[in-house]
This record gives sequence, structure tokens and C-alpha cells, in this order.
Amino acid sequence: MNDDTPVLSIRGLTLALPEGADRDCAVEAVSYDVARGEIMCVVGESGSGKSMAANAVMGLLPKGVRATAGEVLFDGQDLLRLSEKQHRRLRGLRIGMIFQEPMTALNPLMRVGAQIAEVFEAHGKFTSKERQARALALLEEVGIPQPDRAIRAYPFQLSGGQRQRVMIAMALALEPELLIADEPTTALDVTTQAQILALIRDLQRRRGMAVMFITHDFGVVAEIASRVCVMRHGRVVELGSAAEVLRQPRHEYTRALLEAIPSNVIPAARGGDRQQPLLEVNRLSKTFRSRGGLFKPAREVLALDDVSFTLAPGETVGIVGESGSGKSTLGRCVVRLERPDSGSLRLAGTDLSALRGDALRRERHRVQMIFQDPYASLNPRHRVGYAIAQGPMANGVPRARAMRQAEELLELVGLGAVAVDRYPHEFSGGQRQRIGIARALALNPQLIVADEAVSALDVSIQAQVLELLEELKQKLSLSLLFITHDLRVAAQICDTIIVMQNGRIVEQGTAQEVFLRPTEAYTKQLLDAIPGRAHEAALA
Amino acid sequence: MLYARLIAMRLLKAVVVLFLIVIFNFVLIQLAPGDPAAILAGEAGATDEEFLRQLRERFGLDQPMYVQLWRYVSGIATLDFGWSYRQGMPVLDLILARLPATLLLTGTAFVLSLALGIVLGSMAAARVKRPSGSIIMALALVFYATPLFWVALMAVVLFSVYLGWLPAYGMYTVGAGLSGLALVLDVAKHLVLPATTLALFFMAIYTRMTRASMLEASQQDFVKTARAKGLSPRVIQRRHVLRNALLPIITLAGLQAGQMVGGAILTETVFAWPGIGRLMFEALQQRDYNLLLGIFFFSAALVIVFNILTDLVYRLTDPRIKEAA
Repeated sequence: MNDDTPVLSIRGLTLALPEGADRDCAVEAVSYDVARGEIMCVVGESGSGKSMAANAVMGLLPKGVRATAGEVLFDGQDLLRLSEKQHRRLRGLRIGMIFQEPMTALNPLMRVGAQIAEVFEAHGKFTSKERQARALALLEEVGIPQPDRAIRAYPFQLSGGQRQRVMIAMALALEPELLIADEPTTALDVTTQAQILALIRDLQRRRGMAVMFITHDFGVVAEIASRVCVMRHGRVVELGSAAEVLRQPRHEYTRALLEAIPSNVIPAARGGDRQQPLLEVNRLSKTFRSRGGLFKPAREVLALDDVSFTLAPGETVGIVGESGSGKSTLGRCVVRLERPDSGSLRLAGTDLSALRGDALRRERHRVQMIFQDPYASLNPRHRVGYAIAQGPMANGVPRARAMRQAEELLELVGLGAVAVDRYPHEFSGGQRQRIGIARALALNPQLIVADEAVSALDVSIQAQVLELLEELKQKLSLSLLFITHDLRVAAQICDTIIVMQNGRIVEQGTAQEVFLRPTEAYTKQLLDAIPGRAHEAALA
Repeated sequence: MLYARLIAMRLLKAVVVLFLIVIFNFVLIQLAPGDPAAILAGEAGATDEEFLRQLRERFGLDQPMYVQLWRYVSGIATLDFGWSYRQGMPVLDLILARLPATLLLTGTAFVLSLALGIVLGSMAAARVKRPSGSIIMALALVFYATPLFWVALMAVVLFSVYLGWLPAYGMYTVGAGLSGLALVLDVAKHLVLPATTLALFFMAIYTRMTRASMLEASQQDFVKTARAKGLSPRVIQRRHVLRNALLPIITLAGLQAGQMVGGAILTETVFAWPGIGRLMFEALQQRDYNLLLGIFFFSAALVIVFNILTDLVYRLTDPRIKEAA
């Protein structure tokens, strides 16, 4: 293989889906190359087929999906024609792969070192002693702190970012010519994401590997790509160098995707009435204790540490922070799923933190929540109409009226009244989140707490849902407590921003103040870690 | 070190639980209708009040309940489980004489069912949607659904009566006076039918559970990671899928192991196996309450021991449990 021929060349690949799927082909007539030493970003929204081609390269296609046309050339041989056994010999040895979920992609019952050593074992390399030594060297290379301890650790003892480093160490163990990274940073915090992206770029340069990087996030693309391939509905819509695609997108879909990215343009705060706040949080604290045993001290985590802020009627307050910052605990305290240890929580004068039992149940309808996972937060066996009507019915509204209301609400969130008789699985992620919004609205709340409500959605869907929230807020004069790890989303929708770290409020102010003139080092660090910032700055 | 402490703690708790069980069983037996002295006297053909009084006095039945309870509990503390009036022997001797036979039977059945169940279940999981996999599952269903005593009787009819390969009942050939290796072989031959019969039901459950659990585990992301490393399917199944599928199987195995003393009544009766099960059945029929209490005690103690063992095995299998404890 001389240096000009691409490492991987996908030619006219068509993958047929099993019968009964929502379309015939996962990918259709897809062609692109990945050259030596470049990072090829394959971008698309969920369902675009961006991961399918990678699975075909690895020989890990899901059951029922098969290649019907085209070829996948790697080192002159067509991977589609390989037997499973021949394909297995390439995996891990010449093509490495890392996956999206660092939490579940490692075997929970095996030590990290053993899982890395397995790669050598699979290809019959080295003695077992040498395997351990190499595993240690790899852990060092991917920058895990205390590699000699980490090698004996189980995955649950490592953080998400560390686990992803272990995954990378495994994928790179045998110095493959091609690395496939399938959304490797999607599940990570911004600062961790920035570190992992830097690591991948660094290793790629040092080893001169070809990288096929699959992502939905144009920010990540701007950060890392040498070339870009944009996919939609199983087809390639645009292919070119990163500079071309990001600056002069030719296809309208690419343009739409780029525009859907929440931008740095921050709307000015609309003044709410600060004199008579709707929600007053005063010195709220919450500690989680793991029960200690007779011989083991109890562990305490201070999830909320003396948190105070106010929310004016009609205002949107954004709580931003990384995982473990306490932002979700704050949300759960406000809807009183958790009981704060101390401090008060006044909603239009009523102290919610003091209520218990029936009194609390009577007030619950005033604060409602929209959850992160549109799949897990709806009972799969309840019809959508019933899921929405349940709340009002529990509060004494007659069934017929509650169901009529559910129809109106579904109309309001843009799903149409016919949706009442359907089950959650018949809807897409974005549609389910609309159902979640309708469910929250069903109780006529004064305040809605949205916990990462758009984080699981594709950018274009994200934009639509955010628009809907904004519209409903105006129409129904709602107030919103918007919890997110995504600063770009927060910038777009929030009037006031509260930055949290380790259970404390680090900085709070209007969105413009916090994003354009941050005063705290941590806020600056968070803002710098947003992928694609340099690119946006260049465009501006 | 951690384990030693853990075991010490659990044993301490076990003693408390066992103490409560002893009291509970004792009170329960007292509540049962019928006066043992009257039954003894009735069987002896005597209705004389004086004779009854003597009987009661001899066995301490004339004392108030708390005195009887105190005597019983303090007896157990010195491993004195009382006297069996019907058999005319100390309860402990009776139980110890029968315990080995039962443990041999239930222990063999336990190992057999667990090993076969996991092997068959793994095979069925690897052969899902193939005829061989379906045949395994069909067999498992048959053994699961068929009553134990019927399987036992049919096995006797086929292997003992019709084919004449294996003895139909008992634990050794009576009057043969065998010793050494010949005795071992003789017992083993007698063991085949009852142990297999007893094992089949649990084997069926283990098979179904292993298969379901493995299929679930094979959907996990780390299995895809293992495939991406280029590992062979065999290694993936054994090292990644099976190990992660083991927890529910261990739970069930712990439950089955706890039943090793009392769980074989039916099988022991059909095959005339001289074990605890039959002893318990006879004690029940004859209202031999001391003996019954003694057997309850042993069976409760075994359940507790196996609960502790199960917890330890959990910890060895899944490192995350250690952390949470």
C-alpha cells in the first residue's frame, strides 16, 4: 500500500435493513475514503446511518442488516467478502474501535488491565507478563493518573473520562492503521470531552493513524476534522474538507444543521419582576449519605451547599454545570422529589421545603418537571392520552375532562389530538419530549423544571423543542428552571445563568454577563472547553 | 481480613436468628392440637389418669410453657435436642444418623443440576433460533412441568423393573456385607435414580435461567467491545457473557442449597432412601415433637449457612458488591 491510496475506501455501499423497518436501506450508495493520517468526520443526526457503515467495516452489523451492493476496501481487500474468521483477525489488530458509552462498554467484572491484555491474547501476541507490561504502558500513554493502580481497578472505580481513556488504550493496543470512533465524547462533560478530543488528535498525529470519527456535533467536527462527510437518511449529502464544509456548506441540509447549533448570539435578558419573585431559594443544602457498616465509615457527599437564588415570574433561569455539580439535585429539590436538609424553598410565598404528606401532594401540581430521557420517562404500556391525563385525574379532575384536556395539550405541543390513543414507542425522541412537555403542562404549573430536557435530542430537533418551550412560556406565562450541561443551549434560552460546581453556585448573572464577561475561572474553563469555539470565533 | 470480619459478623447475626427460630418453632408446636401424652397412652392402650400423669411428669409436660421452653433452649445450647419418645433415642443421634444419607442425595442432585443446567443453558443461548437450541429448551420445559414423583416412578419402571440396570430402592444392598470400594460402588448405583430424579427439576430451572440471563447479557455494550477486540465467540461467551449472567443463577443456587435438608421428602419416600426427609415425615405422623423441632433446627441452620455462603460468592463474582456493602 503506497502512501496515496486511502487506508479505507467505501465504494457505493448499500446496506439493506430487515423487512418491516421504517426504510429499506440503512445506507444507500455511500462512498467515501479515509486517508492515512487524516481524521474523517462522519456527521449526521440519529437515523442517518452514520454508524452503520462503520459497523460494516468492523463486521459488526446488527442481525438482519446485510450489504447488498458496493465494496469496502481496506488494504486492497474487500471487507464485505471476508469470512467472519478472517474479519475477526483484522478487528483489534488493524482496525480499532471505540464506542459512545464508556459506562457500559467495559466489562464490569474484569479488571482494566485484563481487558486491555485481552486484545493481545485475541491475536496471540506476547507472553502474559509482557501483555501486562504493555497494558501499563498504554494506560500511561492515554494519560490515566496512577496507571499502576488503574491497571488493577475495575471499571466502576473509574470516572467516565478515565473509562473512555481505557477504551482508547484498548483500541490502540496493537497500533491499528485505522481507528473508528463512534460518538466517543457524546456522553462526557464538556471539559472531559475537550480532553478526550485532544488525546485522540494527539495520538492520531503521533502514530499517523487514519481516524473515522462519527459524531452528531458540528462543534466537535470543527475541533477535530480534516475532512467531513455529512449524511442524511442513509445517503451522503456533502463531502469535503472541514474548512469547506464548515465555511461554505453547499447542501441546504448541512446549512440547516449548522444553523441549528445554538450559537454564541445571546439574547438580552427580559426583565422579570425581581421584587416579587416566583421562586425564592434560600440557603438550600442537601447531603447524601451512603450508609456505613459496622467497620466502614459512612460516606457523605455534599450535593447542595448553601444555594440561594431567585426566579422572577416569566423568567428562565439556567443551571449549568458538569456531572456531579449538584444541578440535578437542585432540580429534584425544587419539585420536591428530594427533601432538602436545610434552607427554604418558597414558591409564591408557600414554603415547599416545609410541606409533607397530603399538604405536599396538594401543592405538587404547582411545580412540574420535564425529564431528560424521553424514552425512559414514559410508561411504555400506557397510552399517551392516559399518561397526560393521569396527573389531573389524581388531582380530582373527572376522567372525561382530563382526557379532553390531554387532546388539547397534544394539539398545543404540535402532535395533534389523534396522538392520545397511541403508545410512546410509536413516537420519535423529539415527539416524546413534546409528550413530556404536555404532561408537565397538564397540571397548570406555575413553574416548570426542565432537567436536561433536550440533551438526548438531535440538534435540529433540539432547536424545535426549545422553540416550542419558548412559545409556550409566552403563551401560558410560565417560568422555567432549565438545567443543562450544554452551555450553548443555555445561552440560547436562559435569561439568567447560574454556574454550579461541587454543590455550590460559582457564578450567577444574566446570560450575557456570564457568557460574554465571565468573572470566575471555572466559568471561563467551561466556556473554553465548548468544542468549535475557535471556529465560531473565526466566523464572527 | 475483610472477609474474616464479614463472616464473623454474619455468624453473630445467624446465632440471633437461629435463637428466634427455635423459640418460634417451639411456640408453634405448642399451639398444635393434641396432647402427646394422651396419644402415647392411647397407643399403649391405657386410659388411666395416673398413667397419663406419670407420663407427663416424666417428659416435663406438666410444667408451665416457659419452663419447658427454657429447658429446651438451654438444652440446645449444649447440643442436647431432647429425647424422641417414639424412637426411644436422643434426637441428635437420630438426626446425625440420617443426615449423611440426605446430604449425599441432595448434594449430588445440587451439583448435578447446577452443572448440567449451566452447560445446557449456555448451549441453548449460543444456539438460539436453531433446532438444537429449541430441543434443549423443550426438554427443560418437560422436566420443569412434570411432577417429581411421576418421573421417579417412571424411572423405576424403566431402569429397575424393565431394564434391571439399577436398584429401585434403598441405599445399599441389604445383607451383602460389602466394604471398601465395593460399598462405594454399591451406594453410587443406588444413588443414580433418586439423585437424577431430584436434579431434573432444578436442572430445568437453571437451564432456562442461564439461557435468558446470557441472552440478556449478550446484548450489553461490552460484548460489542469484546468483538471489536477480535476475540473468538467462544471466549466472548465464556468470559464476558456467562460471567455477567451468573448472578441470578447464584441466587437460585443459594435457595436450592438451603433446601438440602428438608427438600427431598418425596424422593426419599419413593426410593426408600434412609434420609432426614423420611424421618421428618414419620415424626410428623407420630407427633414426635422433639424430633420434629430438631429437624427444623438443622434445616434452618443450613438455610442460614448457605445464605452466608451465597453472599460471599456474590462478592467473589461481582467486585461492585464489595464496595456497596
